[in-house]
Amino acid sequence: MAKVLMKGNEAVAEAAIRSGCRHYFGYPITPQTEIAAYMAKRMPKIGGTFLQAESEISAINMVYGVSSAGRRVMTSSSSPGVSLKQEGISYLAGSDLPALVVNVQRGGPGLGGIQPSQSDYFQATKGGGHGDYHLIVLAPASVQEMADLTAKAFDLSDKYRMPAMLLADGTIGQMMEPVELPPETDGNAVEKPWAVTGTENKREHNIINSLYLVPEQLEVKNLERYERYKTVEQNEVMFEEYMTEDCDVCVVAFGIAARVSKNAITAARAKGIKAGLIRPITLWPFPKDIIAKTAERVKGFVSVELSMGQMIDDIRLAESCKKPVALCSRVGGMIPSPDEVLKAVEDMEGGKF
Amino acid sequence: MHRVTLFAGHYGSGKTNLAVNFALKLKNEGKRVVIADLDIVNPYFRTKDSAELLEKNGVEVVSPEFANSNVDLPALPSQLYGVVQNRERYAVLDIGGDDRGAYALGRFAPYILEENDFEMIFVANFRRPLTLSPEDALEVMKEIEAAGGIPFTGIVNNTNLGKLTEPETVLEGLELSKKLAKLCGLPVLYSSAERSVAEKINSDGIFPIDLQRKIFDL
Repeated sequence: MAKVLMKGNEAVAEAAIRSGCRHYFGYPITPQTEIAAYMAKRMPKIGGTFLQAESEISAINMVYGVSSAGRRVMTSSSSPGVSLKQEGISYLAGSDLPALVVNVQRGGPGLGGIQPSQSDYFQATKGGGHGDYHLIVLAPASVQEMADLTAKAFDLSDKYRMPAMLLADGTIGQMMEPVELPPETDGNAVEKPWAVTGTENKREHNIINSLYLVPEQLEVKNLERYERYKTVEQNEVMFEEYMTEDCDVCVVAFGIAARVSKNAITAARAKGIKAGLIRPITLWPFPKDIIAKTAERVKGFVSVELSMGQMIDDIRLAESCKKPVALCSRVGGMIPSPDEVLKAVEDMEGGKF
Repeated sequence: MHRVTLFAGHYGSGKTNLAVNFALKLKNEGKRVVIADLDIVNPYFRTKDSAELLEKNGVEVVSPEFANSNVDLPALPSQLYGVVQNRERYAVLDIGGDDRGAYALGRFAPYILEENDFEMIFVANFRRPLTLSPEDALEVMKEIEAAGGIPFTGIVNNTNLGKLTEPETVLEGLELSKKLAKLCGLPVLYSSAERSVAEKINSDGIFPIDLQRKIFDL
């Protein structure tokens, strides 16, 4: 198919449909409403289900139901709505169910604002709901990646039987760029023998459940899950390196912050400062190894975030505090400017941090 | 030249960029111009982003009080009545996307129809996924007319793929626009394209537009 011009949010919705997702449950909230609006237009035409639930909580539990039946399913929201979904996400993780949850982040905490933010990083990567669990967290930095990573998220989620989250922000959701849509699949590549689809009296019935009242059994479930997480950490880390071969200062940024950072790096290079960028694409699993390796040869790192400094903790853990890590951030719906990032890079280069 | 020019279309068709450039063009021709942002749908990327540029050039800007703020409130400013009632200025109206965006136009439609000196432009971008064909575009046209209460009078071909736009992109869009024109019986007024693309096409029928660079553009 020829390239089309799409909003990030539309690209998510169309890519989900092309990945075989025929069930969408959600509730409108700016700046992700176009996902729901697109699904409302398209799903009825292709025999799918679009349902505007009475709340985010009800939407995530509908996701639980469809996933239990072995079908690809998704919900989407923005920050306050994703907070409401956390109980359901924990239940999905505790029942080893795949699903896609999209968070097009806006400023917080509380009702916050409607302009872009990355301040749900902790919530997305450290659990968010109760209990020990992880989500696969993918961070798109373009409309093309909104499409590609939606497809990828469904695949990884099915493969590892765990929910995946696409962690975007309002700008990536609202911006328009040319995109080549992923190929159509039926979404049935991974067998789901655990699904509750009717036994036809031919097998034992399957049970989807997160309740284990015998502590020994619940411990085993947790240990098994963390073995699986280890495999994900070994196999599924994704990141982009930009001008890092010879860099003295390494910027680490994801999503919209990475785009601004690239412009800052161009400006730094023009001034003779060797700056580079590591852009995590998977936020969990976090690209620890490349950061540890890079720490061996740079003066320091600059973490560029639309938050008060959340990913910066993961950078410091990854490089075992070998080199200084400075924070360059704007919050509340603001985006750091290339000049602000450049200043932070210059400061790090000059030993001021 | 009509006193009121309205730009409407599928959201993401490029209405806002077109409206901003059209207002600046009128101003350059020495006219007194006001541009009004009627978009109650889109929370990001709107006329107000260009307010500084427009006002510096002497174009008056009327936009919702809460546009680009953190208040997600679909409210329209009272000055909008001045835009349609004060007939001493040329008015450029940027209508929100789709039928949902055009509902806001409804309450001003009686004044515009009564004055009867308007051009209601359908902005077409045939590289948008939900308007890839003239038939899809016609459906959107009808929905907008029903919601906004003002009949279209012409089509502008603004077919583009963002920064990947090539002259062929525009020209293919022009062919589809002509088919749409046949379906609805309205003329294709002109094509519009980002200035560097427009220069490559080098035709009188192309309106070159300048886009504002954003800090995250690569």
